[in-house]
Amino acid sequence: MTAVESTTAKSANGMTETLVTIQVDGRPVSIPEGGTILDACSKAGVSTPTLCYAENLTPVNVCRVCVVEVENSRTLVPSCSRVAEEGMVVQTDSERVRHSRKMVIEFLDTSVDLSQTTAPTSNEAGGRNLADWAAEYGADSSRYGPAPQTMDEEVKIQDNLYIRDYDKCVLCYKCVEACGDDAQHTFAIAVSGRGFGARISTEFDVSLPDSACVYCGNCVAVCPTNALQFKTEFDLREANNWREEEQSVTRTVCSYCGVGCNLELHVQDDTIVKVTSPNDHSVTSGHLCIKGRFGWQYVQPTIQRKPS
Amino acid sequence: MADLHLTADRATTAESVAVDAALAAIGVDSALVMEDERLVRGGTHRRHARRHALLPALHALQTESGWISPGGLNYVAEVLQVPPAEAYGVASFYEMFRVDEAPGHDDDVVHVCVDAPCLEFAEAKIASLEAEGKHVHRSPCLGQCDRANANDGPALFIQGRQKANSVPADAPSLAGELWPLPQKHEPGLKLLKRVGRVDPTSLDSYVAMDGYKALARAFELGAEQVIEEVATSGLMGRGGAAFPTGIKWRGVAGADGEQKHIVANADESEPGTFKDRTIMENDPFALIEAMTIAGFAVGATKGWIYIRGEYPLATARLESAIEQARAAGFLGTAIAGAKSISFDLEVRRGAGAYICGEETALFNSLEGFRGEPRQKPPFPTTHGLFQQPTAINNPETLLNVLDIVTDGGAAYAASGTEGSNGQKLFCLSGHVTAPGTYEVEFGPTLREMIDVAGGVTGGELKAVLLGGAAGSFVGPDLFDMPLTMEATRAAGASLGSGVIMAFNEHTDFEAVCIRIAEFFKNESCGQCVPCRVGAVRQHELLIRSKGKVMNGELQLLEDMDRVMKDASICGLGHTASTAVRSAISLGLIGAN
Repeated sequence: MTAVESTTAKSANGMTETLVTIQVDGRPVSIPEGGTILDACSKAGVSTPTLCYAENLTPVNVCRVCVVEVENSRTLVPSCSRVAEEGMVVQTDSERVRHSRKMVIEFLDTSVDLSQTTAPTSNEAGGRNLADWAAEYGADSSRYGPAPQTMDEEVKIQDNLYIRDYDKCVLCYKCVEACGDDAQHTFAIAVSGRGFGARISTEFDVSLPDSACVYCGNCVAVCPTNALQFKTEFDLREANNWREEEQSVTRTVCSYCGVGCNLELHVQDDTIVKVTSPNDHSVTSGHLCIKGRFGWQYVQPTIQRKPS
Repeated sequence: MADLHLTADRATTAESVAVDAALAAIGVDSALVMEDERLVRGGTHRRHARRHALLPALHALQTESGWISPGGLNYVAEVLQVPPAEAYGVASFYEMFRVDEAPGHDDDVVHVCVDAPCLEFAEAKIASLEAEGKHVHRSPCLGQCDRANANDGPALFIQGRQKANSVPADAPSLAGELWPLPQKHEPGLKLLKRVGRVDPTSLDSYVAMDGYKALARAFELGAEQVIEEVATSGLMGRGGAAFPTGIKWRGVAGADGEQKHIVANADESEPGTFKDRTIMENDPFALIEAMTIAGFAVGATKGWIYIRGEYPLATARLESAIEQARAAGFLGTAIAGAKSISFDLEVRRGAGAYICGEETALFNSLEGFRGEPRQKPPFPTTHGLFQQPTAINNPETLLNVLDIVTDGGAAYAASGTEGSNGQKLFCLSGHVTAPGTYEVEFGPTLREMIDVAGGVTGGELKAVLLGGAAGSFVGPDLFDMPLTMEATRAAGASLGSGVIMAFNEHTDFEAVCIRIAEFFKNESCGQCVPCRVGAVRQHELLIRSKGKVMNGELQLLEDMDRVMKDASICGLGHTASTAVRSAISLGLIGAN
């Protein structure tokens, strides 16, 4: 989001943009027309929890953890998708907002394994993760009885590239979007079933190798809860040897073709353990293909490949 | 085929023939897909052009094979160019489609209603059907609550294998018996004035009873004046939200868009509701005429009736009526002699999903996507069906338009009460002598309505579920409340879709409430967290507390209600706790 200070401003491409001004927690904030309440919150320095939101995907506003109170709106509104309108009066920390955010976190925590939802789930760089938000709002997952129903899913290991652990799935739809018209246009997965029984699935839950999946791994890259995991990461975690804090991240350019995708090589013990791409990279917007995402073994030829 | 990846499963010839026939019936030629592929139409266009045919195609597969087989799904995916994962996501969303090859898919499926008031008769019926070897499916409300009683048992719906679906209780009507109402025919009836007297299978009979006079009057008035009359009438939507119809229509008329739509929301699934079925089965031409007027008024040339899949008789009568109306020039181009006016109608069947009665979920369902509600704004008046301006109304609402156009909005506004104009249909069921659809001018109290239905049976009246499962229980302190929008609102209740479900003093309210909670759990689409999880947690809480919701559990229930009301995407989540909480505050369940 381009920083702007007055009622009109020059955008990055030199065009004059119209600004809208809204009140966020009593303070006026101006953002370019068409921006969302979440954009305005970010501009105002107001930290907001998010789960199903990603800057490189169309907002689907399903997790409801980013809800805010908008004056004259009967219900709370999702800040990630609601376009800011001139004069809107937004509260981000009212009792109603705190209550709903707390309940959403409790609902997820009682249903889903959130133990690996450790990345920031905020609109601020290096911001808070879901556990921080749970503490902030005083979430108490112990009050739902001895055995609340959970996702109750086995890990799906169907190839050597990535695994699917739907016990960790919050149904944020991000993988579906990345597989579909927000990035890959492969449509190998969709939401199936209904209600609490809804799951991300291929047709008839056929295995990934039998499905339309092209193994771009863009679903893995956008997953906020580690329900989708690179097999390398999964194996290291199983061996109790995943040490994220010791990993280095090196930015480089993919060597396969001439597009120029930037890669981030995550390295532990001098071994590449996963590959991502920066969301703000103009070529990829965080998305890659199978070669850039998974085809890095040649860099370290001494690593023995497992038979698949 | 292009870039769709399909598994090796192939459809049987019978499956592909059935799908082709279903597609041909809605004007989609499956052979054309090859032709289209050569036109290099890609991406979004290809995904959307024929997508609306997905639900009819899945219906055909289900009827042919008794389930959505992988080969059949592949065929549909190929013909409609829908990715198979998405088609599976749609198929697995609906109650009437099964995606597993469990034993029993060779049989007809008997859907047995397990919602109140059928609830108390359901288990005995299920046991006897299963003893007969029938394949039974426990169904949410089937919209036949007027038929549930100790003699006849719960409502039934037969999903046919390789034959049409049917409802056993429709037999007398199919045999020509006309009178469907417990209410005596009175001169004051307006919405039901033809019901039981007109032949629902005959356009001539309809025309002979003043049919199509309102459309002629609408043409005299002109489109703008029709909307003006509707606005003047103060007509409010009868589906549950009570939104002013005139404002909605003005919004659509004024919206930019070459193609506009009229949609009748006939996915009547609110437990306790069956009034629209009464209308559609017994006076189908009236709905068609009213929709034609609506189309003329807002400038829409296309109309859709999205009817719930469990209403086979109403569906057949509407389809026949549309054909007759089209043949007689009342639908199509230059309708009723007005050269410049075109309007045509299509019936689309739902497949068993309460959520598809939510207007934006209905659009998604009709378009061939999962029936998940959309975040509003934008609203249907500008971004409705196919993202085009759409007026979506309940059938009862639309029926009111006939008299408004004929007699004028001012005359209509003079009837009823201060805040509730005109006539209202109520669905009386449960412990009353004569359950059924009743029409009254707004004004009678709850007790008076129950008296109209012959009073309470089996003991004293203990409580009434007003407005359906999404409504609330009301107790004796509100039995003398007038059933108007304003009086119910002031009492913190809602008329909803006009449900008056009476419960006598011997009712097992714990069972009723647990079933209501289960209903919302089963019917949540699963899209947003507050409703997907909240509905499950509410159901668990009621079971866990064994009807004695108190202290911390009471606080938890209230906390869950608040987040579902505040943060859910749609009305299902907003209302999922209302009935249960009202039952607790009335002391029907809980510690009080």
